[in-house]
Amino acid sequence: MRTDKKSPFLFLLPYVLLFTVFIVLPIIVAIGLSFTDFNTIQFPGFVGFKNYINLLTQDSIFMQYALPNTVTYALIVGPGGYALSFLLAWAISQLTRIPRIVLTLILYSPSLTAGTAMAVLWKIIFSGDSMGYLNAFLIKAGIITTPIAWLTSAVYLMPIMIIVGLWSSMGVGFLAILAGIMNTNDELYEAGAIDGIKNRFQEMIYITIPTMKSQMLFAAVMAIVNTFNNGAIGVTLSGSNPTPGYAGQLIVNHIEDYGFIRYEMGYAAAVSVVLLLIIMFFSKVASRLFAEKE
Amino acid sequence: MAGYKGSRINPAHFHKDQIPIYIILLPLAIFMLFPLVFIFCHAFKPMSELFKFPPSFLVYRPTWDNFRNLFRSARNSSIPIGRYIFNTVIVTIIVIVGNVVISTMAGFALSKLKFKLRGFIFQVNQSALMFVATAVQIPRYLIVSNIGVTDTYFAHILPLLATPVTLFLIKQFIDDVPDSLIEAAYVDGATPFKVYRSIILPLIKPAIATGIILSFQQVWGYIESSNLYTNTESMKLLVFYMNTLANANNGVQGQGVAAAAALILFVPNLIIFLFLQKDVMNTMAHSGIK
Repeated sequence: MRTDKKSPFLFLLPYVLLFTVFIVLPIIVAIGLSFTDFNTIQFPGFVGFKNYINLLTQDSIFMQYALPNTVTYALIVGPGGYALSFLLAWAISQLTRIPRIVLTLILYSPSLTAGTAMAVLWKIIFSGDSMGYLNAFLIKAGIITTPIAWLTSAVYLMPIMIIVGLWSSMGVGFLAILAGIMNTNDELYEAGAIDGIKNRFQEMIYITIPTMKSQMLFAAVMAIVNTFNNGAIGVTLSGSNPTPGYAGQLIVNHIEDYGFIRYEMGYAAAVSVVLLLIIMFFSKVASRLFAEKE
Repeated sequence: MAGYKGSRINPAHFHKDQIPIYIILLPLAIFMLFPLVFIFCHAFKPMSELFKFPPSFLVYRPTWDNFRNLFRSARNSSIPIGRYIFNTVIVTIIVIVGNVVISTMAGFALSKLKFKLRGFIFQVNQSALMFVATAVQIPRYLIVSNIGVTDTYFAHILPLLATPVTLFLIKQFIDDVPDSLIEAAYVDGATPFKVYRSIILPLIKPAIATGIILSFQQVWGYIESSNLYTNTESMKLLVFYMNTLANANNGVQGQGVAAAAALILFVPNLIIFLFLQKDVMNTMAHSGIK
């Protein structure tokens, strides 16, 4: 390796510059604005912890809907999607090459254009009149007699969001896990068999997972990010913010509601900070679980 | 003991052991595939099949009608669809090239150059893996409008250039390039830039391919910049237009057109992934967070 003062600086400059402007700075600005009453028209005035206090004590929509909905959605789609990614990757790795590649492609493709681009698809399937595909199918099967307005119903919106979330949860993390499993050493499995491992399940617990902890952590972080990034899907599906009966309202939508509909940006920034803290908490839990001991 | 011999990852041949796995995987795969097959069929349905009751899942007489209507309806509105496609292609090319150049340069510095802040910068980037852009959409919006790029291509491009995941994957990949190769080049009088260009770049092609896929996916699904950072209709991206179609609710015919548009967004992603999937898997093997 070379020690030369100038070149590391030059090689890193473009990345660090853009990283600072579009990732670090937004976080700092969010924290700064969260202590103000910024409304895009007047110059922001300092209000101390007022936004946070209001958020915790007066914002019943946040407390009753946005927060619990986010936790429900995140807890099911996050760990659920993650467990699914791992189990499917593990199952696929036991197959021969061609079926493995085909199945990888099938499982990964929903996350190729997740979110907005695929919203139209769900809108057609869950369309609320009797022309809707699911409705027509259920009516024909005799399960229901009148069509259900799936996407504008406070009862069904959240389960549909969760299904869509799980459907598109086999993303980069899934590929990382699969690559990790494919790279584990065959000799380990042979040695394991000699040491008394009796089946594939034991193998998975005692050999596969411990040898690829670092990939497991990467995939966990990707699962968390994916879950929160795709969380806005409720608004896309139902076509309105707030979502019907606030049933699909997640914190991300709450931020949008206050920031870009009511223009209470100071308050919205406080909500952003809370969301960032929640994401950080989840990531911390993940690193606890998978950190390499040494 | 009729001993258990240990299973084999990546077996060379079919074995009856694999049957239970197929039994579990196939229904799931069908479930995952179902929506995609559906949108594919829907996009090619002629009017009579779109209106058929009860609606049918498969397409029986495929036509290009929906695609034709997509282009025609765009022609009647003020902005032709060609404009959105043009914008998207320009932005995609610049983002991919920019993202790959910036990330490989930074990855090279973090992996193979020695300097004080190296560990710190890498740590910061690793924590930024969990960065969720939608959480800070308001400050990002304020920043974009304050640096004066609103309503330009830069509004679509700049926010997508620095991606912690891509830098992370590329840096991990460069770590495996043997130092001896680099030392030898230095002995021959190469500059760090020469090392980057003629040793690192050719050796990390799989990681570059992965970077290309990831940034391609990002641009094609990037709706934030069209919604918030651009006001002029003619400066927006294809995904935005496609989203307005999906939200327009103009009946069953509109659904067929929207399905065609969704397919146009989906297929390029799929094709690129098909071609580069081997490189992606190769890169992902280096993805562990230590």
